[in-house]
Amino acid sequence: MNESARHRLSLALLVVALLLIVSAWYYAFQVAPTERTMGTIQRIFYLHLPAAFLSFLAFFVVFVGSVAYLTTRRMGWDWAAASAAEVGVVFCAAVLISGPLWAKPVWGIWWTWDARLTTTLILFLIYVAYLMLRLYVTDSERRARLAAVVGILGFVDVPLVYMANRWWRTQHPEPVIAGGEGSGLDPQMWWGVLWAFAGLLTFASLLFFQRYRMEAMRAELTQLARRLRR
Amino acid sequence: MDTGRVTLAVFRKDLVAERRTKEVFTAVLLFGFTVSVAFTFAFEPTSAEARKITGGLLWLAFLFSAVLGLNRAFARETSNQCLQGLRLIPADLGGVYLGKLASNLLFLLLAELVLLPPFGVFFDLTLWARPGWLFLILLLGTWGLAALGTMFSAVSANTRMQELMLPLLLLPLTVPVLIAAIESTVILLEGRPMSEAALWIKLLTGFDIVFTLLCWLLFDYVIQE
Repeated sequence: MNESARHRLSLALLVVALLLIVSAWYYAFQVAPTERTMGTIQRIFYLHLPAAFLSFLAFFVVFVGSVAYLTTRRMGWDWAAASAAEVGVVFCAAVLISGPLWAKPVWGIWWTWDARLTTTLILFLIYVAYLMLRLYVTDSERRARLAAVVGILGFVDVPLVYMANRWWRTQHPEPVIAGGEGSGLDPQMWWGVLWAFAGLLTFASLLFFQRYRMEAMRAELTQLARRLRR
Repeated sequence: MDTGRVTLAVFRKDLVAERRTKEVFTAVLLFGFTVSVAFTFAFEPTSAEARKITGGLLWLAFLFSAVLGLNRAFARETSNQCLQGLRLIPADLGGVYLGKLASNLLFLLLAELVLLPPFGVFFDLTLWARPGWLFLILLLGTWGLAALGTMFSAVSANTRMQELMLPLLLLPLTVPVLIAAIESTVILLEGRPMSEAALWIKLLTGFDIVFTLLCWLLFDYVIQE
């Protein structure tokens, strides 16, 4: 793909993402029914849940990229892992900020050390450390190797963090989505959350491709500079 | 040369180095002691409420001093190109990891055993009622810290940040170890039946096995040039 085609594609992605997100907001605030007990504050759900899901997806991409890099040694996988980690951290931050805003009126507290909250916070810390590590290794091949190892160990750790916290104490409601009897979402809420998810997914892919492209350009630049010096 | 022999050789080398310098053991011990004293200023150390959180304090003291000691594990190999020497071993480099893990585990456990009596005195604890269980919890918890700590010590020795990288990586990833070790220590210290800690002991054992194996498999990628 040449430069101008790439540019047009990202512009198109941006337009689609904006359209989807704005209409999802409209849907969330105007069309979707108000939740019976929580009231209008529950609408934060249309950002909270898709962002959470997207950050987990992004961290899964970090894991896949890490494994693929160590097996193939192709720099592209490392760039993908790094880009996904940054996107994941951004969405994880959105979850950690929107969560307390929702919790304060509903639970009466900003924060509680419940299994899912704690796991999300630890997840955030793990991938911030991953990005820190990348910052402090100069050689690109070594950076890719060390980051891949941390990307794998961090991902394997997540279920253990979750289990430990789950057994320790938990406050979140029983899973509403795919939960037991009497749980489940209103179909209209389903549409809203899927719509918001589509919008955020498009936006996240745009960020991901831009970041990936930046990594590729940085590698090219380093190589050119090296050739010039010779 | 097979993995077992590399492991043993690295383990023995570390023992000799430690016997001559005593740097890791002394630093871990002194730091752990200082931190325990510092903790007593945060609240009334011998009150009944304090009993509930001393299990947590004990493990935090261990964790902080472990970070200090584990940093030395590979930092000590960076001088005189020792790391280069280790890389050139014509055998499975995973053995280097296992040897380092074994020596770190031994140093940390020894330091912890020396730290326990003063800790028990400061916080008025009955530590020795069930020595078998106490040792099992210490062993499993410290192994968990050392398994990831040894690995991240090698990772951070390869960065520009050196010592600063280890705690940033280690703390969030060892959360399951901390929770499980603290919970089972509290059960032990409060004199509750140890069957209540079965879940935590299982979690610790699982964590230790998973991460020892995984780090052993991945260690090649950390150390190679």
